[in-house]
Amino acid sequence: MSEPTSMASLAELCIVACSEAFRGNGEVVASGVGAVPRLAAGLAKLTHSPELMMTDGEAYLVEQPVPLGPRGYDDRRPAGYLPFSRFFDAAVWSGRRHAMVTPTQLDRFGQINLSCMGGTYRQPKTQMLGVRGFPGNTICHPNSFFFPAHGPRVFVAGEVDMISGVGYNPAKRVAGGNFTGVDLRRIITNLCVMDFGGKDNAIRVISLHPGVTFEEVQDATGFALEKGDIAETPMPCPEQLEIIASLDPHGIRASVIKDNPSARMPAGQV
Amino acid sequence: MTLVAPQLDKRMSAAEIVAQLSDGMTLGIAGWGPRRKPMALVREILRSDLKDLTVVAYGGADVGMLCAAGKVRKLVFAFVTLDAIALEPWFRKAREAGGLEVLELDEGMFQWGLKAAAFGLPFLPTRIGLGTDLAELGGLKTVQSPYADGETLIAMPALKLDAALIHVNRCDWRGNVQVFGPDVYYDEWFARAADRAYVSCEELVDRMEDHYPDNAQANLFERCFVTGVVEMPCGAHPSSMPPHYGWDMKALKAYTDAAKDPGDWGAVKDRFVAASEAEYLAMHGGREAVAALALPIF
Repeated sequence: MSEPTSMASLAELCIVACSEAFRGNGEVVASGVGAVPRLAAGLAKLTHSPELMMTDGEAYLVEQPVPLGPRGYDDRRPAGYLPFSRFFDAAVWSGRRHAMVTPTQLDRFGQINLSCMGGTYRQPKTQMLGVRGFPGNTICHPNSFFFPAHGPRVFVAGEVDMISGVGYNPAKRVAGGNFTGVDLRRIITNLCVMDFGGKDNAIRVISLHPGVTFEEVQDATGFALEKGDIAETPMPCPEQLEIIASLDPHGIRASVIKDNPSARMPAGQV
Repeated sequence: MTLVAPQLDKRMSAAEIVAQLSDGMTLGIAGWGPRRKPMALVREILRSDLKDLTVVAYGGADVGMLCAAGKVRKLVFAFVTLDAIALEPWFRKAREAGGLEVLELDEGMFQWGLKAAAFGLPFLPTRIGLGTDLAELGGLKTVQSPYADGETLIAMPALKLDAALIHVNRCDWRGNVQVFGPDVYYDEWFARAADRAYVSCEELVDRMEDHYPDNAQANLFERCFVTGVVEMPCGAHPSSMPPHYGWDMKALKAYTDAAKDPGDWGAVKDRFVAASEAEYLAMHGGREAVAALALPIF
């Protein structure tokens, strides 16, 4: 491994930080939904965790992560098959998956929302996608999250408007229910990396991106954060950047974080 | 007098299929988001007076259009999306206007409910839904395992369908289907969960064994579940139908834009439904133009 480089973008730093969430997961399907999580899963597989499984984004399992964006339709080389028609049997309900997704809201319990916001359930102010697979994902297998714009509208005060994914909220534990599958791992944002290692699974900051302070992260969060042993999020090294570039030949990662800043943000410019 | 009864023949026109549906029915629509949707049959519904439907679907433009046209009393869904256009604009409008009754489910619970219906069970147990708002919002009940574990589980109710609409690649007069493409989603369970399944297809043949005997493994569901068949080439447009054609993002974009401007389904319906399938296809450049739509890459 060569020395870290100062040339990386913040998105690339996030991709490397996200890839760490997949380290040592074993033979599970790494589902990175969205450009940064998908590049992170690919990077993890091509570096520290070759045992990871992943799909081509559609129905086939591939051993070589499929690059983002336009390419020849048949460039992918399937090694296996995992269509939606057997996804729940094989990957979700079996617990053999780690998904990294970007919900619309996340609260202090790690409860997430992708369904609707505001108004009433009968007439929401904003209708989104619907809960999709979040209720099942969050009670069956590990999940991590990536947010490109850390702010109080994402990390909400109180609770999310519609609980689409299970968190660590004791009030939502149904008596006799088996919640042992609930396993929230990492939250990576444009400011920091957090986990659920605080008191009673409270969210805590475990690393700050270069130039970011804990206070800045707290100010951008709607609930109180705990402090872990806070490190500085590592800068990517040239090999990692090369792999990321090969998986994102069209540079889609540059459009993920507003203004595509450098990984070394001057302090106070959050 | 002959000893031999005539061969089964389930051929119908799209209008005849829609005429067999009735107001207030629970209607399953197969496919997934903007993929493999029986859109030609949906358009035929949009040309009819059918109303007050309970629609059960992994939703795409099928759900959006039926909501926009006021055909849907209740929607059973896990998502409604056009994929590359994440938020289905007409569904969103209908929800934000209020008045649409919904049962929102997890994607996995949804297929579990179809399976319960297919097996004739009142429910199937699952952990999915515990710890979320789904059970309370949807009135889903729990059951307790009678075994030593005593676990509390959600009883996912059967999603029994009065009818299902499914678009397949090939079918014969008797209802033997062949289904291709990288993913067939839960189409077979829509067929088995329904009292009557109606199948539209890209290619209709008289006897499957005379034409495609080598592809029998593509027979996704059995013909006893099929009530009616109709040949409707390009019948999934603007959704994708691998390997024949990809989704028509230009058409989906126009449909999305129309939800904002003018935002009135009545004013734009003719553009997205047309008076007949022939007219609809002509508006989109005919079969050749649809066949040329590239398959999506993810």
